[in-house]
Amino acid sequence: MVLNYDFSTANIIKNTHTITPPPGMLLFPFTSYTSLLTYRITTLSHYLCAIPKKINSSMKNTPFTQIHIGLGAKMAEFAGYNMPISYTGINEEHHAVRSNAGVFDVSHMGEFMIKGDKALDLIQRVTTNDASKLTAGKAQYSCLPNNEGGIVDDLLVYCIEENKTYMLVVNASNIEKDWNWISSHNTNGAEMHNISEKTGLLAVQGPHATEYMQQLTDMDITNLKYYTFTRGTFAGVENVIVSATGYTGAGGVEIYFEDKGDDAVKIWNEIMRVGAPHGLKPIGLAARDTLRLEKGFCLYGNDIDDTTSPLEAGLGWITKFTKDFTARPILEAQKAAGVQRKLVGLEMIDKGIPRHYYKIQNAAGEEIGFITSGTQAPSLGKAIGMGYVRTDAAAEGTDVFVMIRDKAVKAQVVKLPFA
Amino acid sequence: MNFPESVKYTKDHEWIKIEGNIATIGITEFAQHELGDIVFVDIDAKGKKLEANEVFGTVEAVKTVSDLFLPVAGTITEINDSLEANPEYVNNDPYGKGWMVKMEVDQPVNEEHLMDAAAYGKLVG
Repeated sequence: MVLNYDFSTANIIKNTHTITPPPGMLLFPFTSYTSLLTYRITTLSHYLCAIPKKINSSMKNTPFTQIHIGLGAKMAEFAGYNMPISYTGINEEHHAVRSNAGVFDVSHMGEFMIKGDKALDLIQRVTTNDASKLTAGKAQYSCLPNNEGGIVDDLLVYCIEENKTYMLVVNASNIEKDWNWISSHNTNGAEMHNISEKTGLLAVQGPHATEYMQQLTDMDITNLKYYTFTRGTFAGVENVIVSATGYTGAGGVEIYFEDKGDDAVKIWNEIMRVGAPHGLKPIGLAARDTLRLEKGFCLYGNDIDDTTSPLEAGLGWITKFTKDFTARPILEAQKAAGVQRKLVGLEMIDKGIPRHYYKIQNAAGEEIGFITSGTQAPSLGKAIGMGYVRTDAAAEGTDVFVMIRDKAVKAQVVKLPFA
Repeated sequence: MNFPESVKYTKDHEWIKIEGNIATIGITEFAQHELGDIVFVDIDAKGKKLEANEVFGTVEAVKTVSDLFLPVAGTITEINDSLEANPEYVNNDPYGKGWMVKMEVDQPVNEEHLMDAAAYGKLVG
């Protein structure tokens, strides 16, 4: 048996879908799941990109790395960080978040502060969503388009002080790329700070997450509306941002704090102290991926990348032509003409699990697209996936065929989210 | 970890139990533990004559797909159909209810590359 990981929480490779996997290979040039045991994949050594990297000393740690190791988590390199993939099992962790609560260490994510009179102007020019709508305490999902109308990254824009101070939260593996991209557009002298290294981030997600976290703060987080946040003392640590956001669709909060002294460990311990007796569990990146996929949330590097447009990806709702931004004319023209392909949700009808890069055919046997993310969905007991298909096959209810190990396995286009 | 003495092991983490002409094959305790929750065992090689190290199917966990390699040459005679409804048998009972295929082995059997429990335990230790 050879283990080929399709651990889809990463975005290491650019333009990955242009790589044609060798015949017979099941999972492809996916670099970011790093097996703990490199010898197991030696028979894959000719597929260079698929070789998991050994846990190595050059990996960065989060403030919680030692805690994860102490808990016996399966660890792997992700975006240069030594991250927990799972603790007790993906299904168990997934269900804990859907039904109760779980805590994710996502301190590897990047944070940039953009400040000053020119901050909003810069953000408006590099992002697709309209950040001028944000008032202090509000956040929005957005993306950074490139010059060709592809996507540099997707991100969250937090308005700390209107017209003055914003925080951008970007994907861990794109920190440097995003920083360089935004810097190159910073022609009016907005103040930029990369605070990624010193910022810790825990996502506490699930229907009971906020209820447990409320016990750790005097701030009213119970009534925080989706995509709003508050700042104050949390678990005895000052200047913590608690945000009603997340990547699981299960409700809950995300908690940003400066990594100084013992603060991070204190926050973790307090979260566990109030949550664990009620069933709150630590959750790894693997379940984070199944949770987001059930909700149809895009993962950069899989479902969106430098070559996919936000309109193709179903992100028209965060693409606002009411303002000027990078590649706006291209995207406007694309909208007017209609996109050639669309990112859709697929549910398998016949037995099989779609995986990144599997090809999609129509009933006539023509290749019409490819899978960008796929999994067995723990909450649904079904195999699901997302992928780009030709627009003529993108309507709900369309039967398509996913090519799994040379077999055409029937699937159907379904509405997102799956769950 | 549990590596029974009664079976032999491959470097690819299959186990094989040879009894006369017939062999039973599955994946090891170590393999199921590394893979995590198994959700799909895809084998349609029944009746096929395969060489040693040929792929006879795949096993899928939530986030992984892995090829299954036949430890010795022979003909697949039986597939464990109960795994279709209960793939978790591979996690819960890898050497018992989680067996994957039975085969008629070609004679003489080449067992040189197979490991005993101690050698395999050392490999994964």
